[in-house]
Amino acid sequence: MTVAADERLAGTGLARRLLIRPELGAVVGAAVVFAFFAGQSETFRSIGGVANWLDPASTLGIMAVAIALLMIGGEFDLSAGVLTGTTGLITVILATRYGLAIWVAMLAALAVALLVGFLNGLIVVRTRLPSFIVTLGTFLMLQGINLGVTKALTGTVQVSGLRRAEGYEQARAVLAGTFSLGGTEFRVAILWWLGVTALATWVLMRTRAGNWIFAVGGDDRAARAVGVPADRTKIALFMTTAVAAWLVGSIMALRFTSVQANAGLGQEFVYIIAAVIGGCLLTGGYGSAIGASIGAVIFGMADKGIVFAGWDADWFKFFLGAMLLLATLANRLVRRYAEEVRH
Amino acid sequence: MTGTDRTAPAPGAVPDGPDSAVPLLETRGCGKTFGGVIALRDVSTRVHAGEVTCVLGDNGAGKSTLIKILSGVHPPDSGEYLVDGAPAGFTSPRDALDRGIATVYQDLAMIPLMSVWRNFFLGSEPTLGRGPLRRFDVAGARRTVREELRSMGIDIRDVDQPVGTLSGGERQSVAIARAVYFGARVLILDEPTSALGVKQAGVVLRYIAQARDRGLGVVFITHNPHHAHPVGDRFLLLNRGVGMGEYGKADITREELISLMAGGAELEQLAHELSREDPVPEPGVRGKGTPEAG
Repeated sequence: MTVAADERLAGTGLARRLLIRPELGAVVGAAVVFAFFAGQSETFRSIGGVANWLDPASTLGIMAVAIALLMIGGEFDLSAGVLTGTTGLITVILATRYGLAIWVAMLAALAVALLVGFLNGLIVVRTRLPSFIVTLGTFLMLQGINLGVTKALTGTVQVSGLRRAEGYEQARAVLAGTFSLGGTEFRVAILWWLGVTALATWVLMRTRAGNWIFAVGGDDRAARAVGVPADRTKIALFMTTAVAAWLVGSIMALRFTSVQANAGLGQEFVYIIAAVIGGCLLTGGYGSAIGASIGAVIFGMADKGIVFAGWDADWFKFFLGAMLLLATLANRLVRRYAEEVRH
Repeated sequence: MTGTDRTAPAPGAVPDGPDSAVPLLETRGCGKTFGGVIALRDVSTRVHAGEVTCVLGDNGAGKSTLIKILSGVHPPDSGEYLVDGAPAGFTSPRDALDRGIATVYQDLAMIPLMSVWRNFFLGSEPTLGRGPLRRFDVAGARRTVREELRSMGIDIRDVDQPVGTLSGGERQSVAIARAVYFGARVLILDEPTSALGVKQAGVVLRYIAQARDRGLGVVFITHNPHHAHPVGDRFLLLNRGVGMGEYGKADITREELISLMAGGAELEQLAHELSREDPVPEPGVRGKGTPEAG
């Protein structure tokens, strides 16, 4: 709505400048959602409430930022959600069943994640198949492995007992602990999320790699024509997403000390939706890491806000769909604007 | 629009007759076949510094094949391709680029959603710092682009605007400025004016002249003699993959160029076919004239 109003005023410099910021839609959305739930619930707007809804926003945000980079580079990764489960399972299984120290188990999980990301990227750039299909394949394969291996090893659909592993307390403090700010406990994951967002923004806006990411997503052939290493850039993006999945998988495993075999299932679309709300175009070449983070905040607020307001949590899904639709419409206006003088 | 001083082509610069300087690029009887199809046969031309060589031809005349040979995509199957008087021996476009031969393709010039300055330095970004802190020199890139475009007389409001918001002519001009900045000695322009209106084409022609005045050799590929004639110093005509001769500016008028391009006799034949037998003042009033009515 706001965007549509700006579009009509697009003759003025400031409006044009603001409109072209990919984060605009997400910022407006976040303000509206905050005002809405803050009006409904006092707990929601208290500092404790903020800590509460920043928690789901943080783990989602780490993934949304990585997915945003990948989408700006013109690709999707549907296997990212399930990979958070795979890495968590590997860490817990190695630490509890094979007695490895937790850091060693996590390194092994990281190696597997990097391999999955590399293979995703390699298949996409070699075959030129849509990444949607390629990663749908890895998504299903990983889902099968997660369930199959977990059942074969434990006879159940979860692995647990991470608390007994060597180095657990230390790892938990680093990845899944809390810190105190103004007398309120916040999750450490929030710091990781802010760090990931800052790093991704720096890479995107201030490094050569960032320029290449925009270019390979904007026009792959044109980028190659001026010597951008397009294949390397894309493979690196898939591997970055995999590392983010490993980070989130580890945070979750350490927090709950157990991992369900279906962990992360269904989250892949939430990451994409958060990135799109943050201004990423589905067609690539445009978007922002900060926007994706704000998209994650919107989800965090809605996730907890619906509970605080005393509603049925089922309404979250409705909210998810409505936000996605609005964001996609807003993004389409941006793209039209950016290309309006073309001929 | 600020008017840039348009430099009239100096007649004295036309190197007709025996050439004293070694040409930047030269093809001698170049040919190329793809499978059983002869795409190009026996094409000879030269590109000198500070000179515009226009390659004219209709669709399918072999213009793209010639560009691909010149820019290092394909080696010629027959004949010779010389750069600075020595065999080129290019195996990839990168080789050609390293020798200062830059090609600006009509459709591959720019990425629409990226800003002018990001596009300008794409693939050759200037950096500051080293190791993990090595970063894109954004301020320097912006400044350089602004200065470069100004020195070429290109009037871009804002280097931060996405290239997609530029007009087609501006986009080609920025691509030309980019090639000039990155040390091109030879600029190969693939149909830079074909998708443009009259005014926009004029803008691009002006930058072609600018590049020429800076001492670059320009290969200007087009099917439009009206665009080629004012800016060109020599004209290579292609028809069905065969070179139909090369002309200096003094040797040929625009009308002769048009006529040669369309294949002279063919055009007359066409004009004859299209002309009305007897003038019909009000077409459509009484329906189409039937043959029997004549």
